[in-house]
Amino acid sequence: MTGSRILALGHYQPSRIVTNDDLAQIVETNDEWIRDRVGIASRRIAGDETVADMAAAAADKALANSGLTAADIDLVVVATCTSIDRSPNVACRVAAKLGITAPGAFDLNTACSGFAYALGTVDHAIRAGASRNAIVIGAEKLSDFTDWTDRSTCIIFADGAGAAVVTATAEGEPAGVGPVVWGSVPEKGDAVRIEGWRPYVKQEGQTVFRWATTALAPLALQACERAGVAPSELAAFVPHQANTRIIDGIAKRLGIPNAIIAKDLIESGNTSAASVPLALSKLVERREVPSGAPVLLFGFGGGLTYAGQVVRCP
Amino acid sequence: MTRDEITAGLAEILEEVAGVNPDDVAEGKSFTDDLDVDSLSMVEVVVAAEEKFGVKIPDNEVQNLKTVGDAVSYIEAQA
Repeated sequence: MTGSRILALGHYQPSRIVTNDDLAQIVETNDEWIRDRVGIASRRIAGDETVADMAAAAADKALANSGLTAADIDLVVVATCTSIDRSPNVACRVAAKLGITAPGAFDLNTACSGFAYALGTVDHAIRAGASRNAIVIGAEKLSDFTDWTDRSTCIIFADGAGAAVVTATAEGEPAGVGPVVWGSVPEKGDAVRIEGWRPYVKQEGQTVFRWATTALAPLALQACERAGVAPSELAAFVPHQANTRIIDGIAKRLGIPNAIIAKDLIESGNTSAASVPLALSKLVERREVPSGAPVLLFGFGGGLTYAGQVVRCP
Repeated sequence: MTRDEITAGLAEILEEVAGVNPDDVAEGKSFTDDLDVDSLSMVEVVVAAEEKFGVKIPDNEVQNLKTVGDAVSYIEAQA
């Protein structure tokens, strides 16, 4: 059976940088507090860009980096939980902007774990023969859903997009996207919410922190096991960029001495479904991970949901 | 297990998780105000305490544990 691999990546971030000092002007907070509790130093906040604009910009770069053209793409999947428009979906908007004609096109919402869910879904579509070349995107504009008077949340969230071109592997070529381990904890649904009309993100920080630092490492190890990759072989670990203390807490339990641990949130904030592809795209762009090296992706967040897989770096 | 033994066990955890000087840990001390344990470190303390003392401390109980003495009483009742 044919598997899939990531051919190329791309990302987009708004140009406006908002520092912790900037936030201290509008809510009662300070740089030291935010760095200590969350780990973020600055974040990017969109202006007029929509989720679709950012998704298309990231996808356009990934496509350019892949050597393929719009005509080669037959599937577009966008992971997002912050698109304002109900229809057309973001995937169709992206296809229209990039001149991709007649692709399968759908959005997927599992909040912060969205990219790994979408990548798993696209891998399955390729294995089933429903696609040859796909674009998977995580794109979010959390700033539209942020209560800028709430110091417990407005320091966390940000905007951006990351995209991957995923292609079918040749006969006999090893798969570059490992089996996805995905699931949810529906009974903890109230821990992260964007509910109702004109909602704001709300979360129970202690509940999320406890779940993330205790329950996720064994699941991430399952993703390694299913890919046949020992944790010590990992060249990088790219988890959802929620909080450096969560990232360190998970990493400590994984036993990954040789892995670069992505901490893009320091300069990008928490961009929900965009955070994993954004961080991965930057690692690849800076050539910090050799081509072909195994990288563990792991998303987690609202739902509560989680998903992860080992991928081979393009 | 006596209250003093539980307090000593908590002091070990607090030192490891949040860098608290064990000499500062006493039943009357507030985790946040006296020992400077923030809300996320408090979660780490609770998780470590569950393992160490073989008890369950659910999320909604954590907010009731204001002082070291509160935690000692909770653990003493559960253990």
